[in-house]
Amino acid sequence: MASTRRLLLAAALWAVSGLWAPVAARADVPVVAAASDLQFAIEEIAAAFAAETGQQVRLSLGSTGNFARQIREGAPFEIFMAADEAFIADLHAEGFTRDAGDLYAIGRLVIIAPHGGALAPDAELEALAALLAEGQIRRFAIANPEHAPYGMRAREALMARGLWEALQPALVLGENVSQAAQFALSGNAEGGIVAWSLALAPQVAARGHHALIPETWHTPLRQRMALLQGAGPVAEAFYAYLQAPAAREILARYGFTIPAE
Amino acid sequence: MDWTALGLSLRLAAWTVAILLPVSILVGRLLAYRRFRGKGLVEALVMLPLVLPPTVFGFYLLVSFGRDSPVGQLWQGLFGSQLVFSFEGLVLASIVFNLPFAIQPAQRGFEAIPVEVREAAACCGMSPLRSLWKVELPLAWPGVMTAMVLTFAHTLGEFGIVLMVGGSIPGETKTIAIAIYDRVQAFDDRSAATMSAVLVAISLATIATTLWLSSRIGRRLG
Repeated sequence: MASTRRLLLAAALWAVSGLWAPVAARADVPVVAAASDLQFAIEEIAAAFAAETGQQVRLSLGSTGNFARQIREGAPFEIFMAADEAFIADLHAEGFTRDAGDLYAIGRLVIIAPHGGALAPDAELEALAALLAEGQIRRFAIANPEHAPYGMRAREALMARGLWEALQPALVLGENVSQAAQFALSGNAEGGIVAWSLALAPQVAARGHHALIPETWHTPLRQRMALLQGAGPVAEAFYAYLQAPAAREILARYGFTIPAE
Repeated sequence: MDWTALGLSLRLAAWTVAILLPVSILVGRLLAYRRFRGKGLVEALVMLPLVLPPTVFGFYLLVSFGRDSPVGQLWQGLFGSQLVFSFEGLVLASIVFNLPFAIQPAQRGFEAIPVEVREAAACCGMSPLRSLWKVELPLAWPGVMTAMVLTFAHTLGEFGIVLMVGGSIPGETKTIAIAIYDRVQAFDDRSAATMSAVLVAISLATIATTLWLSSRIGRRLG
């Protein structure tokens, strides 16, 4: 029985010993909340920033609407890169951002489909309309239009093209645009409407092809970023870097239009 | 492979186990031995996280631990940091969500002790604490150990709540389960596969260890 208790004690000690593992450095490595369409571009920019300055940032990717909610709940982000400037404006009005922020990119929508699938993407969504009429579209992915800007714009574009109603039974909603792309190319859907910046990444291009949807079909994806209250010097440096030529060049490579400011 | 996320998950699980171990023993024992008004309600509340969707739970946590809530403000006043979107917040969420896993098996363990054994211990003049340490724990320990292992494994696998109250901050709230989710969205199937396999291996090892330990103990006591 003595050994029983010793085992119990050992188990407890083993559990407790795990607690004092060093905590990852917190305060000096700011967290950047970035919209999911930046998934690949922002990793490249952060790596370039680290190589150039020796300073690190931590990246958290998700839907703009979710981040806006989390920032209101007090999430400790220092920079917020939204996919839609309306969210920055609201946060600014409520005093969560340092200022009105800066427009950093204008995004575009693409229709994307897996290689070898039934859907051959075209800009005017002719193939989608044809397949839909034949009942060949079983699943079609977009980001959740309730809180993801790319989902809202995808809905606008589909409405402009008159396909929104017909697509309803087939729609699958990603929590953010990156998940929508993953759904669209998983092989379980005929395709989807996602961000051009994702379609251009090699990992994505390897799985599917895409066509650019006319930008007149939806309100522009004016992407604005802002420093949040409590941003430190590293966050400020990264924010400045995001507007420097090196970062702009990377954004342009991922299909973003860089606003002239 | 995201080692930071794995380390964070293990640390979260260890904290949860460390805090829930005494709770599991005390509450499990109380529920096993005593009859009192509202016992059914307490047992139902302990069981609630088993059936509640994590999103319901996450929502209530956001509202009740948020920085405008009394709990959030108290925490802010005490520690100068906020509870939601922090490691401490995850520990708190994890404790509440693991209550059924920590208490139920321990309660079953204590219930299995014949009442004569406890009476004999009391008759011998053992204080309740001494009886707990010398008589009851050695008998109930497979239950307690099962409770802790389940809690540990369940914390490693917790996803929904962490997604809602965590915010996926690397090194702070981005657990291994969240990291796998993020990697899948980033079309990084290889990392996701590696991390999933690691999680499967750890979970299997944990469960196998308990099974082995409890069979060993059962033999010895039997």
